[in-house]
Amino acid sequence: MTFTLLYTILSLSLLGGLLAVILFIVAQKFKVQEDPRIDQVLEVLPGANCGGCGFAGCRAFAEHYVNNPEATDIFCPVGGNPVMKLAAQVLDREVQEQMPKLAVLRCNGSCGASERLNIYDGSSVCAVAADLYGGETGCSYGCLGMGDCVNACVFDAIYIDPQTCLPVVVEDKCTSCGACVKACPRLILELRPKGPKSRRIYVACANKDKGAVTRKVCSVGCIGCKLCVKACEFEAVTVTDNLAYIDPDKCRLCRKCVAVCPTGCILEINFPPKKQKTENE
Amino acid sequence: MSKTFSIGGIHPRDNKFSKDKPIENFPIPKRVFISMNQHLGMPAVPVVKKGDSVKVGQLIAEPAGFVSAPVHASVSGIVADVAPYPDFIGKKVLTVVIDTEGDQWLEGIDRSPQIRSEITDTPQEIFKKISALGIVGLGGAAFPTHVKLTPLEGMKPEYLILNGAECEPYLTSDYRLILEHGQEVLTGGEMMRRVLGNDVMGIIGIENNKPKAIAVMKKLTSGFLQWKVVPLKKRYPQGGEKQLIDAVLGRKVPSFALPVSTGAIVQNVGTAFAVYEAVQKNKPLISNVLTVTCSDLSIQKNYRFRNGTPIREILTAAGAMEKDGTLSAPFAKVVNGGPMMGKSVANLDGPVMKSTSGLVLFTEEETKRKEPGECIRCSKCFQACPMRLQPYLLYQLALAGNTEELEANRVFDCIECGCCLYSCPAYLPLLDQIRLAKNVSLKNKRK
Amino acid sequence: MDKLLVSPAPHLHSKDSTRRIMRDVIIALIPAVLVSVYFAGLSALLVIIVSVTGCVLVEHLIARYLMKKRTTVYDLSAVVTGLILALNLPASSPWWMVLIGCVVAIGIAKMTFGGLGHNLFNPALVARVFLLISFPVQMTNWSVTNSIFRPDRWELPKGLLGAQGQLLDAASGATPLGIIKEGLANGLTMETLSQQHDFSYWHMLFGRIDGSLGEASVVAILLGFAYLLIRKVIKPVIPLSIIVTVAVFAGILWLIDPSMNADPLFHLLTGGLLLGAVFMATDYTTSPMSPLGMLIFGIGIGIITMIIRIWGVYPEGVSFAILFMNAVVPLLNKIKPLPYQKEVSRG
Repeated sequence: MTFTLLYTILSLSLLGGLLAVILFIVAQKFKVQEDPRIDQVLEVLPGANCGGCGFAGCRAFAEHYVNNPEATDIFCPVGGNPVMKLAAQVLDREVQEQMPKLAVLRCNGSCGASERLNIYDGSSVCAVAADLYGGETGCSYGCLGMGDCVNACVFDAIYIDPQTCLPVVVEDKCTSCGACVKACPRLILELRPKGPKSRRIYVACANKDKGAVTRKVCSVGCIGCKLCVKACEFEAVTVTDNLAYIDPDKCRLCRKCVAVCPTGCILEINFPPKKQKTENE
Repeated sequence: MSKTFSIGGIHPRDNKFSKDKPIENFPIPKRVFISMNQHLGMPAVPVVKKGDSVKVGQLIAEPAGFVSAPVHASVSGIVADVAPYPDFIGKKVLTVVIDTEGDQWLEGIDRSPQIRSEITDTPQEIFKKISALGIVGLGGAAFPTHVKLTPLEGMKPEYLILNGAECEPYLTSDYRLILEHGQEVLTGGEMMRRVLGNDVMGIIGIENNKPKAIAVMKKLTSGFLQWKVVPLKKRYPQGGEKQLIDAVLGRKVPSFALPVSTGAIVQNVGTAFAVYEAVQKNKPLISNVLTVTCSDLSIQKNYRFRNGTPIREILTAAGAMEKDGTLSAPFAKVVNGGPMMGKSVANLDGPVMKSTSGLVLFTEEETKRKEPGECIRCSKCFQACPMRLQPYLLYQLALAGNTEELEANRVFDCIECGCCLYSCPAYLPLLDQIRLAKNVSLKNKRK
Repeated sequence: MDKLLVSPAPHLHSKDSTRRIMRDVIIALIPAVLVSVYFAGLSALLVIIVSVTGCVLVEHLIARYLMKKRTTVYDLSAVVTGLILALNLPASSPWWMVLIGCVVAIGIAKMTFGGLGHNLFNPALVARVFLLISFPVQMTNWSVTNSIFRPDRWELPKGLLGAQGQLLDAASGATPLGIIKEGLANGLTMETLSQQHDFSYWHMLFGRIDGSLGEASVVAILLGFAYLLIRKVIKPVIPLSIIVTVAVFAGILWLIDPSMNADPLFHLLTGGLLLGAVFMATDYTTSPMSPLGMLIFGIGIGIITMIIRIWGVYPEGVSFAILFMNAVVPLLNKIKPLPYQKEVSRG
């Protein structure tokens, strides 16, 4: 009886010891030498693994950041400046600050604004519909409204507004990772600077047709009339292919273009009501 | 025992209701919209400008490269505009718009109905005419014919297969063409055969649900040693190039290889007719035959139409449109082409094109998709796939966006025949996702 | 219509649906159900009703209140599971045991994996094996004492078939497989066993054999098999490969020593072999998709069944064999179909 016990204890301990030695040797042999700073950088990153920085995930970003001291274009759009400062502290580096950005939808063609000409009856994926045909409305540039951007967003920052049938970007949640921009088959989402006090002005249209054609299919489309170009004192607005574009770097948020736009496709966001117009800027 | 292809396939009801309706000439429309993108390859480049006056058969656009085809005016009149217009799916395509004035044909085009079956041109002359007169494959993909007839290095064609399978349900345009213009079709085929080489064997493949067409072609080819008719067992997608070669010759086209690598070249019977007209009558490809049909028998027509006629006009003449410009009551969908591979029309003002073979009208009940359920792994899609792919797997990989695995599972072999979606009991949009994945991977490759 | 419907090709559908497939399976099961009710009486009907209602109810409750989605019972898959579960139970099963079976089948084997199409194991079989292990007494009590039709009903087939044997001993109620297992283990030979018991193939074909409900009649199951084949619901690969494997396996043993082994026909006609081969091994979700995979799957089931029948503890092994091979299915599904080009044959 005691022998049995002894044998059991002995053999198990021996086995345990042996395995421990093997594990130790294997661990030593296959040890990966890694810069400890990578882990430190990784710690300050948001850890969303969204790929917004252009790397496969936060770890890939950290590796790249640590190994390329010269590179200046590495930036985590999700963490923004505060995170980049922390990461730079770990490595004793300077950080190039970037304006916080936000995804905006360059389409305002809500259910009411443009007439539906047909009913889409395929799988509910924008990319499938975009491959198939011009779209439910006469506008072959605008939002298809099936939510590829919603599915692409890992931060839950986009939802489809049932009233307008258009996706809405939630300002507080959007991290400007750019996943929606890549997901949109019509390329109508754009990352734009958030602007001071979150105020910004942009053209909510992507239609490149001639004015008359655009007007026929959508009441809020850009018709390329160039009134905004004339109104702008800072040369921030340009019209190419019958479509206006406001350069966010040049725009001073004076809102003159908004006032002159005949179709109202230039949107102003987060400005106080019109009365106090003179006080701004 | 009729032959057929060996893998997969489905048996939809053929519904060829319009098969006894003779081909009518569709009246010349007041205005035509001639797209510059009617063929596979580079879009043609317009050589006319706004205000020019053109005659029927006049060149209005030149090919932009080798894999491209010229486009000719289908009516005479004044060019009203050269600009992007929405085509039948609502996408903008560079289009030449012509306002019709009379019916003035270019000199040198033989418009007499007399059949000229005697071939006087040399193969070189025939080839030149095919490429100059804008002949493209009329089986659906509109691949420029002269490209297909150009020999590739190391690949000697042994067979020319004329495709009269018309495996798509509803369509009868090829059938009517064989019945009414069998001699011309054979002459056109013979001319293509001579271009490929005199030792090439000609075969006409026709499905056995068209016994009259088989009889006509058998009678016409009886004197020829180089031609034979092969009746095929009805099965979709028999008219697919790879399936037809398999059915007729028992040869399988390797994955990623061109069909010609098996020694066979497939041309549609409509293409053969167009070749006949181009070579013997000097007539460019400005018209084609299409079927207008629906399953309740109220509208059954076979029309010879001019290229660029708005779809709305054809449907109005056929009686499918209300006075206020909407589609008549029970119909909800118009399909340009056959119901299995055709594209649905989103813009009725869009024009028909060189390769349009039919306009099929469907009611909502017939065609509306049911809500997709869960995959029950019944493997019906796998059994139906004529390319022996695993649609259920490709579907899941496509949803996950796994490009590498998709290619490892031969997603590019997919011929988009639609058999998987047709047979899926869970109504999963298999082909939608697979087609999308194919397009995305192709785009990424080009980058 | 002022608005056009627009969708990607194809614009037609075969009108085949999950529900239609399930309906066909139910129709195919009807002969087996009728035969079991005919021979085992009201108690069989009770088991079937409890099982089907139980499965449908459990699925509805879980889908609606646990998974918070639309109820999935309309695809009829729960009805099929319920029917197959009932056919796997003895007619004397108490109602509470059947209900537990339903909860295990739908609740554990099916819905935990995500419902139809996601389960790894055949739900009805998981429940059967669960019950067999948990309630061995009830699960092997083949007597049908609580049948009210029974004494009258049993006269008809007896006279009809002109069988020599008398009623099987209802009190002990052993299945033929159980009898030979025990008998052979006790040193008896096949000859003495068949003299003591009625092993008439006629009875096995038409349903005078004790066992769970669905094991009763081979003909009823073959009728269902024919219907499924005609409706193209299943491919014959799996059932045939199982049957052939079992026949070959049993045949070899029988040729070696006929006195200690039952003949192949005995193995084919007894137990749940045909029921399992036709209705349970062919379950779409838990069987392989490619023809080669199906073949391997079927052969595997046949071999494991025979191993359990001859050398195992249990007299019957079909359920274990199918469950075991279910686990291999994900692996078998990795078998890629041959690409088109592998068959290049010129001239």
